[in-house]
Amino acid sequence: MLRRTFAIAVKELLQLRRDLRTALTLIVMPVLLLFVYGYALSFDVQHIRLAVVDHDGTQASRDAAQAFLRSGYFDLIAQGQDERMLDPLFDRGAAQAALVVPFRYASDLSAGRATTLQFVLDGSDSQTATTILGYARQIAASLSPLVDVGAASGPIVPVPLVWYNPDLSSTRFLVPGLLAFILMVSSVIATALAVVREKERGTMESLRATPLVAVELLLGKTLPYLVVGFVSAGGALLVAHLLFDVPVRGSLFWLAAVTLLFLAVGLAWGVLVSTIADSQQVAFQLALLSSMLPTMILSGFIFPISSMPAFLQWLTRIVPARYYLVALRGIVLKGAGPSVWWPEMASLGVFGALLVAIATARTVRSL
Amino acid sequence: MRTLVNILKKELLQLRRDPKILPILFLAPVIQLTLLGYAATTDIRRVELAVCDLDRTASSRELVEELTRSTYFRLTAAVESQDGLDQLLQSGRARVGLTIPAGFAADRSAGRSGAVQLVADGADALSGTAGMTYAATALQQATVAAGVRPLIELRPVVLYNPDLVSCNYMVPGVLAMILMIMTMMLTAMALVREREIGTMEQLLVTPLSPGHLIVGKLLPYALVGCVEFSTALAVVLFWFGVPLRGPFVVLVLLTLPFMLCTLGLGLLISTLSRTQQQAMMLTGFVFILPQMLLSGFAFPIQNMPAVFQWFTYLVPLRYYLVILRGVFLKGVGPSVLWREGLALLGLGVAILGLARLRFRRQLA
Repeated sequence: MLRRTFAIAVKELLQLRRDLRTALTLIVMPVLLLFVYGYALSFDVQHIRLAVVDHDGTQASRDAAQAFLRSGYFDLIAQGQDERMLDPLFDRGAAQAALVVPFRYASDLSAGRATTLQFVLDGSDSQTATTILGYARQIAASLSPLVDVGAASGPIVPVPLVWYNPDLSSTRFLVPGLLAFILMVSSVIATALAVVREKERGTMESLRATPLVAVELLLGKTLPYLVVGFVSAGGALLVAHLLFDVPVRGSLFWLAAVTLLFLAVGLAWGVLVSTIADSQQVAFQLALLSSMLPTMILSGFIFPISSMPAFLQWLTRIVPARYYLVALRGIVLKGAGPSVWWPEMASLGVFGALLVAIATARTVRSL
Repeated sequence: MRTLVNILKKELLQLRRDPKILPILFLAPVIQLTLLGYAATTDIRRVELAVCDLDRTASSRELVEELTRSTYFRLTAAVESQDGLDQLLQSGRARVGLTIPAGFAADRSAGRSGAVQLVADGADALSGTAGMTYAATALQQATVAAGVRPLIELRPVVLYNPDLVSCNYMVPGVLAMILMIMTMMLTAMALVREREIGTMEQLLVTPLSPGHLIVGKLLPYALVGCVEFSTALAVVLFWFGVPLRGPFVVLVLLTLPFMLCTLGLGLLISTLSRTQQQAMMLTGFVFILPQMLLSGFAFPIQNMPAVFQWFTYLVPLRYYLVILRGVFLKGVGPSVLWREGLALLGLGVAILGLARLRFRRQLA
């Protein structure tokens, strides 16, 4: 059986070599994409466009505005004394936030009376808005001392500590997810056309005359792509480590193992797609649709799974990248061993086997 | 004019002939929109919280109550020791760990500050930071409730989306993405298929001019795109209940130049690839992926390095997202959005022109 599988693998490899553009694309693309998008994608908000409306016009009010600008997060884009200037600025998107200092701000402060600073926010992008609000709160807290207004007890002071990613750089969090996304999409696309091409060209008939069994055909077809995918995954991880400071705190062996498993499942998915579709056109659309959007949105790459409604959390179980990300992030960022992520990898293995089984059944039927 | 109608009829007939295409065309966008609209949420809720209460007083229990009462946290474990907490964080079963030291209540009633340890899982930057922020805010509120107030209070006023619900921001974005992917893919694949099969040659022998041919080929997909847009829009408005604050007419009108861009891109792709496999890779990686990641859909453009921000000026989806979000969330109209509309029109004409040039050169 192995010899026949290997023979098919060699045939597929030869065909791959003939279409050099595809072969190169498969190897170089993931690395290139990780490089490019690793730099581009970030949740760390900077250059927040701030407008300042100062009703007080005193040294203290200017100090307050200065505190915001000095923090390095905010850029001053407009300044004035009339609140009406804010509406058109926000509508156009020229301003994201505005600080409004009230009349009598300085005199209230020096008399020890409580005063308020109004902070207007563009709430459209709630995530950015929440981050900006967090910054603003921090800055306001640093501006004013706590005042004991007949306190019943002392204040609660949180001592914050962040593990694994102390400067909370979103890149370290995003890059592994990006890697999983890129690998999944390229694996599915690579093999989606594998069987359909044979069907369309009619060479499937010739294969029927050979002593091949369906499983051997499918395995043989995906083997070259597994090797190619593994090489490019290695390259991408290297880029992630060297350029984006993504550490590899866990064992390289386990990293390679889980990546291999993930690639295999992605390829199996592609093969399954190719057995469902009758034309390359449909195969392509199905491959793209079933890999790109779901992996981007349902794998935990960007949007946390725990924040999704229950029925969707259930659905994420059929997204292979979801399982891989747990292991990848665990190994890479936390140095976690198999005892932590083996349930996910076991699920992934079972899922992959299921895909291969269905694909085989469908191929047998057509053979 | 009649030739155009004939081409249209031929294309529509071909579409109908492949039974698997129809559900992809019409059902898939709706299903995807529904599923992904729910998933694309940046509202961090139910952050897994583990507590190690070493004080075990009424005061410390009250603090834990405060934190878990809201939907922001989900108490997943209460452990006896710091080690237990560490293990939970490492395995990912807790994202935030709260340690209340012994003597907490005593410190507070003596008027001293009570320090609590908050550990966040930074590996999941979103949940970790959000959890940290929620916890810090809740603790501050508890402090204020005890009568210790800051001298300067920051009062936030949130415009357009007062409850900071990410659904209203994300769902129109998902709509735009699905529309873009579907129209681009269809056009690209259909045209390349003709070329691969060889029927393109046959079309060239007909008395059609290349211009007519292009229009005739794109028009049916434009129609399909319109139908898809309408159904998807209905889902956004009536299922998700995203409020439409701006003029509906503007929304519809400005979708047309966007479709011009995507259809033009589909045509361009078809002129750049010789086989369907190439077309697929090209479409996927060069045209769809950058638009998904760099258009401002999930990752804000302003967070990107300058060189990427420059690049996004060439991405049609960027402008369309501004339009969609402007009309839905901000309720603005053409007076604000005319720039984006013009940019889309310009891009669309340029792309179509380029595609037509390549098309003609290949026919010659």
